[in-house]
Amino acid sequence: MSKATTKQRKVSKTKSAKRKKTLMLLTMVAPGAIWLILLRYIPMFGIVMAFQDYKIYTKNPTFINNLRHSAFVGLKNFKFLFATSDTWVMIRNTLAYNVVFIILGLIIPVTFAILLNELTKKINAKVYQTLMFFPYFLSWVVASYFVQAFLDPTRGLLVNLMKSWGMVPIDFYNDTKPWPLILTICNIWKNTGYSTILYLSAITGIDSSQYEAANIDGASKWQQVLYVTLPHLKTMIIILFIMNVGKIFNSDFGLFFNVPLQSGPLFPVTQTIDTYVYRAMMATGNYGMSTAAGLLQNLIGFICIMTANTIVRKVDEDSSLF
Amino acid sequence: MAQTTNIKKRKRRINAVSVQTEILFNVIMILFCLACIIPFIFVIIISFTSEESIQQIGYSFTPISWSLEAYKYTFKMGQSLWRSYFNSFYITVLGTILSVTICVLYSYALFRRDFKYRKFFTFFSFFTMLFGGGLVPTYIVCKQLLGLNDNYAALIVPLLVSPFNIIIMRTFFQSSVPEELIEAAAIDGSGEYNTLIRIIVPVSKPGIATIALLNALAYWNEWYTAMLYVRDKAHIPLQYLLMQIQRNVEYLAKNSSGLGADAIKAAQSMPTQSLRMALVVLIVVPITFAYPFFQRYIIAGLTVGSVKG
Repeated sequence: MSKATTKQRKVSKTKSAKRKKTLMLLTMVAPGAIWLILLRYIPMFGIVMAFQDYKIYTKNPTFINNLRHSAFVGLKNFKFLFATSDTWVMIRNTLAYNVVFIILGLIIPVTFAILLNELTKKINAKVYQTLMFFPYFLSWVVASYFVQAFLDPTRGLLVNLMKSWGMVPIDFYNDTKPWPLILTICNIWKNTGYSTILYLSAITGIDSSQYEAANIDGASKWQQVLYVTLPHLKTMIIILFIMNVGKIFNSDFGLFFNVPLQSGPLFPVTQTIDTYVYRAMMATGNYGMSTAAGLLQNLIGFICIMTANTIVRKVDEDSSLF
Repeated sequence: MAQTTNIKKRKRRINAVSVQTEILFNVIMILFCLACIIPFIFVIIISFTSEESIQQIGYSFTPISWSLEAYKYTFKMGQSLWRSYFNSFYITVLGTILSVTICVLYSYALFRRDFKYRKFFTFFSFFTMLFGGGLVPTYIVCKQLLGLNDNYAALIVPLLVSPFNIIIMRTFFQSSVPEELIEAAAIDGSGEYNTLIRIIVPVSKPGIATIALLNALAYWNEWYTAMLYVRDKAHIPLQYLLMQIQRNVEYLAKNSSGLGADAIKAAQSMPTQSLRMALVVLIVVPITFAYPFFQRYIIAGLTVGSVKG
């Protein structure tokens, strides 16, 4: 008798222990999961607003009541969205800036990482890393003051220098022409340090004997970079590339919102989908249309990241993101 | 011994770039590094520049005269500034503690291979990186459903969880905690929370430090959530105050209770230009103090986080 029951008891004991363990681990994920439900999953239901003429239900204005009592209008919001030329401008801006940022954000940091790795005095490399990483820690609000110190129409250093050189100073906050360059410089300024350190840590992980072997075989420095360093960075470059392509319809809100000081005349070159959605929501209160814009942005982004990942997985499975 | 180092030295020399090339590399890096920090130095100089000098020659690296007026004025401004400064510290400290706790708990459960719902919850957080409701629905849910409106919660809650940080933290656990450790603790009858707090947390301190610093930085630099959810002056953080001063220089004078009713006059006597830059300096200074820690741990975090999740 005893043998069977003790065995049974043991089984039930381990079973209850297992259940207790699962329960405990569930309590651990609970706070995070609740947050994700409240701030990420419930808003997904709000996507229906893109197909509604969203109105606040005055009798009892809760989120759910508003949604239930707003009339469905089909694709009207999307039609309105594409009826204005603003939409094409902001899509063009978002895509064009992202393409430039992705290309420069690859070439410059990889080059810098290779340069830093070649320095024989390691202390120099450390100092450079420390200094170039600094802008990454500052907010775009702070950065916009930095930019203003140079470009301010009356006191800015650059404006005053132009005057003293006898040039007609550019009215930076009203002239669209220099802004593609300014925003690109700002983006490089803030993010290069971060990416350089990322690539440098991958490069320092390469076994030095590979370089020595290449050197003995008569490979020049340039050839070593081409045939040893870059192949080692391939996976990291591809993963970062997939992630960036997935975000190609998103933009760094602070850069496009704060750095141009929200100057209206500059919108043709500074408006991106994100700043548009924010402004449409805050200024016009047109929730339906701004939700529609946000939904398109998210859907296309989702399709982009999935496509990029599928292609990479087909070509080289190890480099895919998921 | 001496000989081997000699050989090593020579060997490295053989595969090193030529001296001229290395000088060129150094010049390139020095130029870029200067570009990275000069704007901040410039702003520091402006903050110590006298208002007359700014009036005459504008912002300059070599002002005509120096002045501490801007910093003296920050003390006179009383509430509006120091309240915001306090708010920034408060949401940074509280937000970091909460977000780190949640992140460690969540990612520890995902790290446990024997967790029954591991796959589900991994996907549950990862999916939000790929798709979301967008700004407008999130804004309405936060404001109407969750009551994130003119309170500290509105500044803390929206940034509490980051799926990316969860991935980093889980990768940290995977690389630094041997699974036998958990098994051994379980055999010894240690409860799940006991194991986590007594055994896992001490082992993974560097990882936790990374997450904590990333979160602290995010909270300290936060202005976006303030712009969305906070109108009440008592709750705005310094970053958002700075944003408002940029749009409206008189904002400070109007809103500082210490100056009384004669706000316009106060605004005229205010060293507005250098004062604005002094505020920028005040918000960057804590970052520069924390920078050595930041740099060390965030680099470690970036390196781990870049490993495929």
